Amino acid sequence: MKSDPFREWVRGCKNGIPIGLGYLAVSFSFGILALRSGLTVGQSVLISALNLTSAGQFASLSVIAASGSYIELALSQLIINLRYCLMSASLSQKVDRAAPFFHRFFMAFGVTDEIFALSVSTHGALSPYYTYGQMTVAIPGWTLGTLLGAVAGNVLPPRVLSALGVALYAMFCAIIIPPARKNKVLAVIILCAMGASVAFTFAPLLKDISSGTRVIILTVAIAALAAWLRPVKEEDAP
Amino acid sequence: MSGNVYVYILVMALVTYLIRMLPLTLIRERIKSTFIKSFLYYVPYVTLAVMTFPAILSATSSPWSGLAGFLTAAVLSYKGKGLIFVSLCACGAVFLLELALV
Repeated sequence: MKSDPFREWVRGCKNGIPIGLGYLAVSFSFGILALRSGLTVGQSVLISALNLTSAGQFASLSVIAASGSYIELALSQLIINLRYCLMSASLSQKVDRAAPFFHRFFMAFGVTDEIFALSVSTHGALSPYYTYGQMTVAIPGWTLGTLLGAVAGNVLPPRVLSALGVALYAMFCAIIIPPARKNKVLAVIILCAMGASVAFTFAPLLKDISSGTRVIILTVAIAALAAWLRPVKEEDAP
Repeated sequence: MSGNVYVYILVMALVTYLIRMLPLTLIRERIKSTFIKSFLYYVPYVTLAVMTFPAILSATSSPWSGLAGFLTAAVLSYKGKGLIFVSLCACGAVFLLELALV
């Protein structure tokens, strides 16, 4: 499939708007928290610009504030962000084969939960420019939100901040639910995944597992079980 | 804080980038195994489902408004509405319910 880079980029920017909005809200609270942890405005913005990851950045604040070792920081980032490894592996199969290889080095920087979700759900092969379009909106949203949060922690009314909090989750629903309408297996998998996630959030012992690790354990277990019980036929494969 | 903050930032940026970059660049071939292909096909659905629920319930000021946002998003997505529309409606539902609740 031949795709026009510019049109793919524009499509990425457009679909990236909810990501940008959600990031603005989430990184806003990161900015507030970073300053409270003793970082400067510049350092908070630098973290956001270089990392582009929510859970990992929030976790890093507690390690930095507690003067943890560099190894401890590296390990915490590795565990919390290990899910990106699965996502990148999944994307490696989806990227347009005709696109030059160097694109993968740049696309890699944009592998976040949200950008991955949009990129992998696109029809047919993935044009790097579609991912770049999303990054064009998402990265400034994430960095700017951090800056605003760090500089002026209370410019947005709490009501608006609270409402923006669901933007990303709502987008996830809009990505996973429509394909599940036609595919019963997917519907069952989604329900099982949510059910298991509830168990891991509230059940004794299980609830002590960090959210990053929970995502990895459940993803590997449920996706492997599903792949074993219901292998995907050639024609529906990505 | 005693360590150099900039070294901290560099360490985390490097680890995070490598996690994202290595699989994307090392896996160049089409994967042949049906099991691995199926596994990778199911990964996004499981990951996103796990991350959405029940986390959405604590993303807002009240679990009820979070639930309202989730139900709004679920129903509209099921009806096949677009990403931006679903997202904005869910935010709207939260905002309206919180006006009534809080």
